[in-house]
Amino acid sequence: MSFAQSGAEVVLRLDQITKRFGRLVANDAISLTLHKGEVLALLGENGAGKTTLMNILFGHYLADEGSVTVFGQPLPAGQPKAALAAGIGMVHQHFTLADQLTVLENITLGTKSLWSLGRGRAAALAKVQALSRDFGLAVAPMARIADLSVGERQRVEILKALYRDARILILDEPTAVLTPQEAEALFQTLRLATARGLSVIFISHKLHEVMGHSDTCVVLRHGRVVGQVATRDTDRRALAALMVGAEMTEATVAPGVPGPVRLSLTGVRAGALRDLTLELRAGTITGLAGVSGNGQAALADLIGGALGPEAGEMRVDGAPVAQWTPRAAIAAGVGRIPEDRHKTGTVADFTLAENAVLETYAQRFARLGFIDWAAVRAHTVALIAGYDVRCPGPEARIRLLSGGNMQKLILGRVMEETPGILIANQPVRGLDVGAIAYVHSRLVAARDAGAAVLLISEDLDEVMGLADVIHVISEGRLSPAFPRGALSQAELGLWMAGQGFAHAA
Amino acid sequence: MRLEPVANPTLLRQLGLPALALGATVLVAMALALLAGANPLAVLGQIVTGAVGSRFAVLETLNRATPLIFTGLAVAVAFRAKLWNIGAEAQLYAGAIIAVLLGTGALGAPFVLPVSAVVALLAGAMLLLVPVLLKVRLGVDEVVTTLLLNFIMALFVSYLLEGPLKDPMGMGWPKSAALIPEARLPRMVEGLRLHWGFGLALIAAGIVWVIHTRTTLGFEMRAVGANIRAARFAGMPVTAVLVKTALLSGGLAALAGWSEVAGAKGHLSLDLSPGFGYTGIIVAMLALLHPLGVVVTALFVAGVFVGADAMSRAAGVPTYIADMLLAVALLFMVLAIALTKVRVVRG
Repeated sequence: MSFAQSGAEVVLRLDQITKRFGRLVANDAISLTLHKGEVLALLGENGAGKTTLMNILFGHYLADEGSVTVFGQPLPAGQPKAALAAGIGMVHQHFTLADQLTVLENITLGTKSLWSLGRGRAAALAKVQALSRDFGLAVAPMARIADLSVGERQRVEILKALYRDARILILDEPTAVLTPQEAEALFQTLRLATARGLSVIFISHKLHEVMGHSDTCVVLRHGRVVGQVATRDTDRRALAALMVGAEMTEATVAPGVPGPVRLSLTGVRAGALRDLTLELRAGTITGLAGVSGNGQAALADLIGGALGPEAGEMRVDGAPVAQWTPRAAIAAGVGRIPEDRHKTGTVADFTLAENAVLETYAQRFARLGFIDWAAVRAHTVALIAGYDVRCPGPEARIRLLSGGNMQKLILGRVMEETPGILIANQPVRGLDVGAIAYVHSRLVAARDAGAAVLLISEDLDEVMGLADVIHVISEGRLSPAFPRGALSQAELGLWMAGQGFAHAA
Repeated sequence: MRLEPVANPTLLRQLGLPALALGATVLVAMALALLAGANPLAVLGQIVTGAVGSRFAVLETLNRATPLIFTGLAVAVAFRAKLWNIGAEAQLYAGAIIAVLLGTGALGAPFVLPVSAVVALLAGAMLLLVPVLLKVRLGVDEVVTTLLLNFIMALFVSYLLEGPLKDPMGMGWPKSAALIPEARLPRMVEGLRLHWGFGLALIAAGIVWVIHTRTTLGFEMRAVGANIRAARFAGMPVTAVLVKTALLSGGLAALAGWSEVAGAKGHLSLDLSPGFGYTGIIVAMLALLHPLGVVVTALFVAGVFVGADAMSRAAGVPTYIADMLLAVALLFMVLAIALTKVRVVRG
């Protein structure tokens, strides 16, 4: 019997919530219902709209359409205080605690006026101690936050919500930062909470947690509810299929002609990467799929020169690399399309011309330390024409450009150096359809010209559509190489959720 | 009320708002004069006449602008790379000490001037190098270290003037011996009381401008300041750029002290700088960190000081009005510049 049929009291109802960010529809007419004592898991890939939805519920964002009802009362939109007063408590993925204050001070912060601080401390302490006993949230009230572990900090966040008499707890990827033991303790706490009549929504993309600890699963994909099922009536495979879409995406481009190995990593450890072995071949697009935050950034940094290998061997065109810096990487023929074009790819206040030569000004456009701006300008004019960058001209500040045009300039900057190795990290995130097609066609053109392309993306459709070979990355480990078409989306989805690694181990 | 960014400010916005700021500053100056019990218009007039009303006044303003151009450039160079050098005052005194050490007989003509200039430059550079190395190696905030070095340097100068560098003929005053004539900066034009420090300051401004706009180093300095992440990603040697910026900035500030001793004063005393290092921050900020703009704003700031001195003698209004005027001008200007980029929207 599921909660929907049980007749338990409905504590929270979201009705047709829609939120747009520009052209992106983050939440598309989402409706869901939470019952008293229910644990609802909100499941979906990164960018599916989970966090946006919870931020709307908690009043951080204003929904464009739709309404929220809590305990039968409509919740005023856009007011975190109203959400708090209605009994909604949120535990964010990134904690919001004051490091230099004690646990007790953090918990009571904001619950009473400044001049009454100090008074009522004993009562507050007693209440915190009672809550921490009742809910199994062991933490010393007088400890300073700075001295606590991540798991303890999370307990403080939960206590903070309980102290404010929350009846509905929302946890945004609560186990992302926890050890397995801490995660187990957390779910124990959630069980205690629901036994006392609280209701819980937790956001996750870890299938085993969802299967093990929820009553109901709601799956989001591209901002829509694609499935709402009682957990007992489903299994991991079905959830994975819902998460990534069951349909099979055919490769949309002709396969590449593999050439020699351009870059090889053997047993490399660096940053979040563990014992990573990878080969990038000329004339091949290698797709790297995975939920973000699983080591993609470290891998991009490693190949791009921002991070050196701590252990293992890295070879470029057969030769082991020694001093590995961004400049060395560029000199070795590595082209880099960074994940964040605004913060790392460009200098917003610089002109297009200045941004176009950000990596090559010293090597290609300078003599005796003086920059030949006429040559830079001519180069930029050619880039603008060759890569269809819509802009007022080479002297315009790049901050005025749309994301697509900014990306085209970065693409041109990289491609003009005819890189032997090309790392494209989320190259089409936030772009419109036209720009996406353009960027993809250029990546394929680079491959056909003999580049070894590494395409890092969270979008399985993109990876499956372009890549000749696919790896999945999870917690810093790399899956075996799958040739294109070897695995379905659902199977890749399982690898992304960490499944295959468990079997392989 | 909320703020909304203006993507492409119009020329009217870019020029009109600073002009408004200047107008508002004048109004505040008049209000201050009124408060001091004087005729506001007369006070304003006397400030202007005092600054540029006669050949003597103009020369005085140019002389006063000289160290401000150097310290303004020092601050502009550093701030452009987001290196917060608040220690121009200390670096200035480092240059002044070198001018005395080498200029009181240790070296003779024709070497004394060029050698002491170069050594002064190096001394200032070294003085800023220490905080910058602490910043890039250990993450120590350079605002704190450079600021506190000012006080250390002031006490060190005081020690020197009471001890090793004390003028034996000075009748007990804490000042150094006078520089030998060969160690003094000559006048730019015979018969006019304007030493070559001013000419060197203008040349320095030109050089800094060329560095910023034409060289790879300037490109790197601006990139590091505008977006250090992107600069690092693009492969720029960020640490080396910050060190070079420090050398240039510290050197420029030291030239301010060197030219004050070798040009204007001829000796070192504790009142060599009425805060030229700090005023350099105002000069640089008003110039939006543009090296050629620094020359203009240094002349403006010097004019306000010189004019206020003259006005004070005539109208009996305290010269502190100059400090208040500049502070107000800076605040209004910062606000005006912020408002060229955002607009205030109701609701």
